[in-house]
Amino acid sequence: MEWRFEGGAPIYAQIVDAVKLAIVSGELPPGARLQGVRELALEAGVNPNTMQRALSELERQGLLYTLRTAGRYVTGDEAVIRAARRELAGGYVDAFLTAMERLGMEKSDMIKLLEADTRRYEHGNFGV
Amino acid sequence: MAILECKGLSKSYGPVRALDGVDFAVAPGRIVGLLGPNGSGKTTLIKLANGLLTPTAGQILINGQVPGIETKKVVSYLPERSCLPEWMSAAQLMGFYGDFYADFDRTTAKAMLARLNIDSKARLRHLSKGNREKVQLIMVMARRAQLYLLDEPIGGVDPAARDFILSTILSNYNPTATVIISTHLIADVERVLDDVIFISQGKVVLAAPADQLREQQGKSVDQIFREVFRC
Repeated sequence: MEWRFEGGAPIYAQIVDAVKLAIVSGELPPGARLQGVRELALEAGVNPNTMQRALSELERQGLLYTLRTAGRYVTGDEAVIRAARRELAGGYVDAFLTAMERLGMEKSDMIKLLEADTRRYEHGNFGV
Repeated sequence: MAILECKGLSKSYGPVRALDGVDFAVAPGRIVGLLGPNGSGKTTLIKLANGLLTPTAGQILINGQVPGIETKKVVSYLPERSCLPEWMSAAQLMGFYGDFYADFDRTTAKAMLARLNIDSKARLRHLSKGNREKVQLIMVMARRAQLYLLDEPIGGVDPAARDFILSTILSNYNPTATVIISTHLIADVERVLDDVIFISQGKVVLAAPADQLREQQGKSVDQIFREVFRC
């Protein structure tokens, strides 16, 4: 997993988003076992307390669960993962709309742009 | 109980007030950034905590005790400048630290030296400046101390060495120990900090958890620092 942190947002919130993205994208598949807090903290170059806080938050949201002695795992509940995907997508849409409004784009312009991109996607030029 | 506590702590050098009524307490298990521009009193505070200076007024306490023999057993100190005799080798230093400090873990120190390919037989004088600084940090972090006081640990080293130093701090402190890092290079350390203490002209101007500051102000600690200390 790649860790990059930037300015304003709290580090723990950025970790929550990064792990969520890894789960939603399948990089961390359902049922996968996570490394220990210290290993993850070291890998990300952050304070172990911060990593602990982020993982607890992901547990609270149901994306991770802990087995008493065996470690921490990604949920197998597809509905929870789908909800996380929608939540992340909502965040990107929000950022997109904010940027577009700043550019002075109307809704119809945005839809045209998106459709043009969708066509590109269908023609297989998207590199997926 | 707080591992480190300052109560109305002041230190004057003649007419110069280096510290002026400093009050704060640090709980065990935290990594704390002591942040301030040059000349703000960071080094004075750390020297007071090590008993190298005595307060002009007020108190500084480690585990509730005035700095002295008992507190030095649990405090591991990295001074701002190199304090090691240059004629010694890392191997000799390990013997030295082992004799001085009951909590010195020679196995850990050896492993860290080996990982960095530092020749433990070579005299410090024959090592590069970067490697000398790493040897000193290794000696300090190889102690199983309760409080680490690191004065500008990343001051004079390149970015790769900074990463090594920060990961050494993260991987070697035990979760009940406290680490205090004094620095003005905030962007490099802010992701490892639990708490920050801003100090300016001998006074604490801000003390808060790092994530709380970022959340409330929507800025990095580095940006907040630049605003607080704008010249």
